[in-house]
Amino acid sequence: MARELLKGNVAFAEAAVRAGCEAYFGYPITPQTEALEHMAKRMPDLGRTFIQAESEVAAINMVYGAACAGVRVMSSSSSPGVSLMMEGLSYIAGSEVPVVLVDIMRGGPGLGNIAPSQGDYNQIVKGGGHGDYRPIVLAPATVQELIDLTVEAFDLAEKYRCIVIVLADGNLGQMMEPAELPAMQPVRKREERPGWALTGARGRRPNVVSSIYIDPVQEEIFNHKLMEKQARIEASEVRYRDLALEDAEIAIVAFGTAGRIAQSAVKAAREEGIRVGLMRPISLYPYPYARVKELAGHVRAMLVVEMNGGQMIEDVRLAVEGRVPISFFGRMGGMVPLPDEVLDAIRKVHAGLAQAA
Amino acid sequence: MATPQMVETLIYERPESLNATHTHYCPGCTHGVAHRLIAEVLDEMGIREDTIGVAPVGCSVFAYNYFNCDFAEAAHGRAPAMATGLKRVSPGKIVFTYQGDGDLAAIGTAEIIHAAARGENITTIFINNAIYGMTSGQMAPTTLPGQRTTSTPNGRDVEVHGFPIRVCEVISQLDGAAFVVRRSLHDVANIRKAKKALRQAFEVQRMGLGFSMVELLSSCPTNWGIPPEKALDWIKEHMVPAFPLGDYKVHPAVAAGQE
Repeated sequence: MARELLKGNVAFAEAAVRAGCEAYFGYPITPQTEALEHMAKRMPDLGRTFIQAESEVAAINMVYGAACAGVRVMSSSSSPGVSLMMEGLSYIAGSEVPVVLVDIMRGGPGLGNIAPSQGDYNQIVKGGGHGDYRPIVLAPATVQELIDLTVEAFDLAEKYRCIVIVLADGNLGQMMEPAELPAMQPVRKREERPGWALTGARGRRPNVVSSIYIDPVQEEIFNHKLMEKQARIEASEVRYRDLALEDAEIAIVAFGTAGRIAQSAVKAAREEGIRVGLMRPISLYPYPYARVKELAGHVRAMLVVEMNGGQMIEDVRLAVEGRVPISFFGRMGGMVPLPDEVLDAIRKVHAGLAQAA
Repeated sequence: MATPQMVETLIYERPESLNATHTHYCPGCTHGVAHRLIAEVLDEMGIREDTIGVAPVGCSVFAYNYFNCDFAEAAHGRAPAMATGLKRVSPGKIVFTYQGDGDLAAIGTAEIIHAAARGENITTIFINNAIYGMTSGQMAPTTLPGQRTTSTPNGRDVEVHGFPIRVCEVISQLDGAAFVVRRSLHDVANIRKAKKALRQAFEVQRMGLGFSMVELLSSCPTNWGIPPEKALDWIKEHMVPAFPLGDYKVHPAVAAGQE
C-alpha cells in the first residue's frame, strides 16, 4: 500500500471498512461528519450496512443490535453526540458485545463549538455511562495512528468482548497528512459468527443478550467478571510512546494532539539545552500508570499538557504519588496550544528547578 | 375385568415457541395471552429457529425468559433501533420487538416513528394497557383523560398532562409502514382476531413489505385496581372507544386475507 494524502475522518472510516466493519450507524455532527459521508458511499457499494439514524441515541442502539448479531460494527460522533450515546454504551458494556466508537472531540461544555478539544477525557476514559465499566480508550496523535488504532480497535473489541473507543479531536479529524491504509480484510462469513451471537436458535438452545441481572447476587458476580476482564486488559494492553526521556529532568505527559504539539516544544527546548522529554499515553484506559511512576523516580519535575482544564493530570497524580512536582498547561474550549506556549511552560518548570537547586 | 382403555385427544398444548416456565405476570394480566398468540404464530409459520426477539423495559422486560427463540434485551424505548441493527445485518431472520406503551409511545417515540418511516422490515407488538405497570401504576402516554394513576391521583387532567397518544393513527401516516392494526385482548372473539393480525404482521415481514405493527389493548388489573374480569370489561367500555379497533394500514399483498 502506498502513502496517500488523507483527511483524518475519511482515513479512519476507510480503515474501518478495510478492517471488515460490516455495519455503520451514525448521525451527522461536526467535526466528524466526513466519516459518516464516507461510510454512506462505501458501505452500500460493498453490500454492507449504512444507516443515518434519527439521533445518536438510536445510532448507538442500532450498533448494539448489530453487535448482538456478531458482526463488526461501529459508530463515530463528536462530544455532544457521544454524550447522547452514554446510555447505549452502558448497556453494551453490560451485555459484553464488541463495539467500536470513534469520538472526534470538540469544544464544550454544552453545544460549545466545533474546534478541537480534549474535554471528553473524564467522560470517555472513566466509563461515561452508569455502572461499573471501562471501555478500552486509544488516543492517536497522527492520521496514521488514527488508521492503525481504528483497525486494532476491532480486534481488541472482539478479543475482550468490550467497547473500544478511539479518542481523537477535531484537529485529527479535519487535518490531511500522508498515511498508509491497511489491506482489505473480508467481512466475517454468516456461518462464522460467534457462538454467543443472535443468529436464530437453529438446532441449539436460544441465545439471550442482556444486561439485566435482577438478582443482586448475580449482578455482583457479573461485575466481578467485568473487573477480572479489566485486570487482564490492564495487564496486557498498555500503550505509550517515549521521546527523549533517557536523560530528562523534566517529563511532559500529554496525549493525542496535545502530545504532538508537546513533541515540537520538546525539540525546541532541547535546542535551548533544557533536558526535557515526553511520554505520550496511547492507551488512556488502560492508563500507563507504571510508566508514569517509573518516570517519577527519574525526573525532577513533570508537566502535563492537555486541551482541557486538567483531566488526565489526575491520573498522572495517582501514579506520581507526590514524589515530584507536577505543573499543568492547558487550553480549553476549542483553543489549541501553540508549541511556543508549551515551550514557555517548559521554561517555567526549568526555571523553578534552577531556583530550587 | 378388562382394563379400561384411555383415549387421549390432545386439544391444547404449549407452543414450542413458548418455554415451559412460570411467568412473573400478575393474575389476569393479558401479557400471557399476547405471548401465547405470538408463540402460536411462530410455530405455525415454522420460523421459531429463525426469529430474534427484542424485549423492552417495562413489565415484559423478562419476555426473553418465556419465548423459546433468540432474544436481546433493549434499553427503555430503544427496541426498534436495536431491532434495526439486528435485522440489517441478518436480513434473512425474523426480528420482532415487544413493547409497552411507556416504552414505545413515551421514551421510545423517536425510535418507533423512525423505524416505521424507514420501512424497517421488523414487526412490533405494542401492548397498550394505558398505564405504567412495572413501576406500579403511573400515567402512560396512553392513559385516558380522567384516569387515576399514582402520578395523576386526581385523574389525568388534560390541561396539565395533555392527551393520550393514538399510536396506530400516527404510525399509519408513514409511508414506510406496511401493516398497522389495532386489536384487543378483552374477549375470545377479539383474541382470535388479534392472533390473525399477528400472523399477518409476521407474513408482511417475511414478504419484506416493510414495517408491521399490531397494537393490542390489554388489561392491568393490579395497577388499575380492579379484578381481572372487570378489567376486561374496562378495556371494552373505556379503552376501545378511545382507541378504536381496526385496520389503519394494510399492505395490498395481505389485504385480501383481511376481514
